[in-house]
Amino acid sequence: MTRRQLWLRFIAHIDPPLMLGIGLLMLTSLIVLYSADNASFGQPLKQLANITIGLTCMWLVANLPLHYLMRTAIPIYALGLTLLIGVALFGEISHGARRWLNLGVMTIQPSELMKIGVPLMMAWYFEKHEATLTMKNYVVATLLLLVPVALIARQPDLGTALLISASGFYVLFLAGLSWRVMGGLAVGALAAAPFMWGMLHDYQRHRILMLFDPEQDALGKGYHTIQGMIAVGSGGIFGKGYLDGTQTHLDFLPERTTDFIFAVYAEEFGLLGNLFLIGLYLFVIGRGFIITANASTYFTRLMAGSITLTFATYAFVNMGMVSGILPVVGVPLPLVSYGGTSLLTLLLGFGMLMSIETHKKLNKT
Amino acid sequence: MNKHVELKNHLREIFYFRLRLAIGVGFVLTLMAILLLRFLYLQAVRHDYYQTLAESNRISVVPIVPNRGLILDRNGIVLAHNYSGYTLEITPTKTGGLEETINELSTLVEITPRDRKRFKKLLAERRNFESLMIRNKLTDEEVARFAAQQYRFPGVEIKARLFRDYPYGEQMSHLLGYIGRINQTDVEELEENDLAANYRGSDYIGKTGLEQSYESELHGKTGVEQVEVDSGGRAVRILSRTPPSSGNTLVLSIDAKLQEIAVQSFGNYRGALVAIDPRNGEVLAFVSKPGYDPSLFIDGIDPQNWDELNNSPDTPLNNRALRGQYPPGSTIKPFMALAGLHYGTRSPERTISDPGYFTLPGSGHQYRDWKKGGHGSVDMFKSIVVSCDTYYYGLATELGIDKIFNYLSGFGFGKKTGIDLEGETSGLLPSQEWKMRRYKQKWYAGDTVSVGIGQGYNLVTPMQLGYATATLANNGVAYKPHLVREVRSARISENRVIEQKQAFDLKLDPANYDLVRRAMVAVTQPGGTAVSASAGAPYQIAGKTGTAQVIGIKQGATYNESQVNERHRDHAWFIAFAPAEAPTIALVVLAENGGHGGGTAAPIARKVLDYHLLGKVPQPLPDVADKEGEEND
Repeated sequence: MTRRQLWLRFIAHIDPPLMLGIGLLMLTSLIVLYSADNASFGQPLKQLANITIGLTCMWLVANLPLHYLMRTAIPIYALGLTLLIGVALFGEISHGARRWLNLGVMTIQPSELMKIGVPLMMAWYFEKHEATLTMKNYVVATLLLLVPVALIARQPDLGTALLISASGFYVLFLAGLSWRVMGGLAVGALAAAPFMWGMLHDYQRHRILMLFDPEQDALGKGYHTIQGMIAVGSGGIFGKGYLDGTQTHLDFLPERTTDFIFAVYAEEFGLLGNLFLIGLYLFVIGRGFIITANASTYFTRLMAGSITLTFATYAFVNMGMVSGILPVVGVPLPLVSYGGTSLLTLLLGFGMLMSIETHKKLNKT
Repeated sequence: MNKHVELKNHLREIFYFRLRLAIGVGFVLTLMAILLLRFLYLQAVRHDYYQTLAESNRISVVPIVPNRGLILDRNGIVLAHNYSGYTLEITPTKTGGLEETINELSTLVEITPRDRKRFKKLLAERRNFESLMIRNKLTDEEVARFAAQQYRFPGVEIKARLFRDYPYGEQMSHLLGYIGRINQTDVEELEENDLAANYRGSDYIGKTGLEQSYESELHGKTGVEQVEVDSGGRAVRILSRTPPSSGNTLVLSIDAKLQEIAVQSFGNYRGALVAIDPRNGEVLAFVSKPGYDPSLFIDGIDPQNWDELNNSPDTPLNNRALRGQYPPGSTIKPFMALAGLHYGTRSPERTISDPGYFTLPGSGHQYRDWKKGGHGSVDMFKSIVVSCDTYYYGLATELGIDKIFNYLSGFGFGKKTGIDLEGETSGLLPSQEWKMRRYKQKWYAGDTVSVGIGQGYNLVTPMQLGYATATLANNGVAYKPHLVREVRSARISENRVIEQKQAFDLKLDPANYDLVRRAMVAVTQPGGTAVSASAGAPYQIAGKTGTAQVIGIKQGATYNESQVNERHRDHAWFIAFAPAEAPTIALVVLAENGGHGGGTAAPIARKVLDYHLLGKVPQPLPDVADKEGEEND
């Protein structure tokens, strides 16, 4: 085999447009991190390591044929559910929430695993019953979603619970859940809202209330929102220029390498930068939709659609939160925020998208 | 979806799916459009507004630190309060040269080498764009002198701050503890508990004692002021203000005067004293001697003072009352006697003949009585009065370690008392299981023998022994000891009286209790081991002396007090409650290296009891140097 053939085989299951899109996003991440970390290479280098690990995993998943992918659904879901129950029983409490499971060698956050596990399981379930879908199947699929979500909401990790609910809902929606049922659910959710309010922890209520009046908690979390809005707003149309964000560099912005990294970006690159970033996200999302539309099986269509829509949701929620139209829920900006775990989860998702795209010729029915 | 089952048309299926997907695409486009509109609004429409906020007039959120709550004694005497004073502070990055600035400053205000050392330490710990204190408690004259020359000192400012003051200094140090600067560990802990926001602007936090255990009450709620600051960081105007609410005031059950008398009664002895009202668990006095000057710690202790305190053989930083663990010695005997009566192991009438030593059957080892030649014929009453060791060697052996463990743990031995201070140690009440765990050895009969006179593996803290004594005094009805009686808030409606519920009731047999109490009264009467405790007292004192060995005595050797290095002398114990028939105070005294309980510890107890029961202030102030008590233990 020549070197070229080897290379071709190596990239055979990488989808070039998708790779281009996420590559540019991760490059942006490194550039912004350098600024957010006060012009130091500390966090960018660590993030580079995270990226390397994430891309390796993505490549492995992309090379995994679809039937293998399907086979992982039950084990991943079962493992995730077991771990979530483990967390509920033996988890470590940190910041008033029980999210982490200490396995002796490492602590893990099983809710992260379920971001993939839940839609995977639901898509698998629908594929199994594709030929004879009845209302009962939708009920079972909904239960597959609600059990882990309830466990995560109890931790309490409301942000993750809502996001996983969204990803599961996308599967239901794409699997053809009738409009009437969705309307009913919406009405039900509204009716249950006061009840849910009672179940929330104080700090969660606080965060929601704060959305309406950030000044109220100007020393605590409201401070994040206020400073985030000032950073975004003061960036103007052209931005203050790379490494020149005053909010960032005068230490006004909290969590500026993680959840609030978008404020750094928006301050330094302005509205034009934001347009570019949203364009970049839309490019990735658009490619995801194309892969979804062309996907060959029921399972892959549902999976690809859910991954793509979830990715879009993450991006929206984070940017919405930093710019003050959504509550601060602790969702990172996908592919840009510092942090290994969320990056890994996202890249695994993209690995699946690529596998779906590149294996379909072999799988066409 | 169709209710009846049918095979789907594949193409139709794909069509419906793509329709749904198209809706998804529309959904995403809507979301992104919302974001773009938001950005357009923030970055184009409102850009000037935010630009102003960010650049020329930054909003600065300034925390307003609440006043820390006061600590009062039961009669309202102030034990910890705040006073306002001036500090001289330097922001290192703003000065021309740090060393020259300080030298120059010292010509205006006095700066001692100690101040310099402390400043260096602060400088090492903190970031140098922060304002760091070089001098505190400036006099008005110093303030005026500096103010006139301030223009010469960029980066040096006078700030008005509240200082914590402990008027009783050393006397209350182990009780009140102190506040100190918030360090990295504190910050992490605050973040962990989601309290970091409330501590913005706060420099101090309770580090030990009540200041630590009641931190959440004392700190108060931080207020906040949003101010516009110009580019130089000066406040231009106040936009909004939420006032802080001061910390709550703690009213203690401690009687400051009683505490003072207790401390002074120790004279030169080191040791501990805990006095408890047995009827409700209120701690009346809590002494650990020596103490230290708590004000040294508030702004970071300088290395010289730290070394002195930390390396002193007197270990002034050790809270003896709460954390010191000592063999209980003979003070355990009344409790052992109750155990014997409880299990019916020994009746009150049963007498033993004391030859001056005890041997286990089949062993030649002699467990000696403190009195050479023995006490002759001894029943239970006499065993307490003369503190007969041989009697208790035998009793312990007959009871066996399991019963001893069960009964004594009922009185709280081997367990933390749960007093409202942190860092309590739990002492040690040995058991078979404990020995196996600790030494991987089985329990031997010989181990039990010395447990009977409080010299085996057992260890108690003065706090624990005080609790047990209070429980005994109250006829077996225990109230958890506590120091804070009342928490007073700025809003009277939020005042809380902290009343202790009954912790447990041992349901002592009245006859057994009566016997032990009478014997303990006789201890302080002629013929007992603590005659000096009650000589001339118009009320009856029930007491028991004890001696905790510091060094072991070899088989066959004699212990000669005068030949032993002072630090190797035995520790003296005395437990007591009074008036014996209806006790309102129970106490424990430990005088380290005090020799015999009757000679040194009992007179200290007497002075405390006299003040508490009669209001009598010792005059002239005590002289406890009398170490030649003829009473023995």
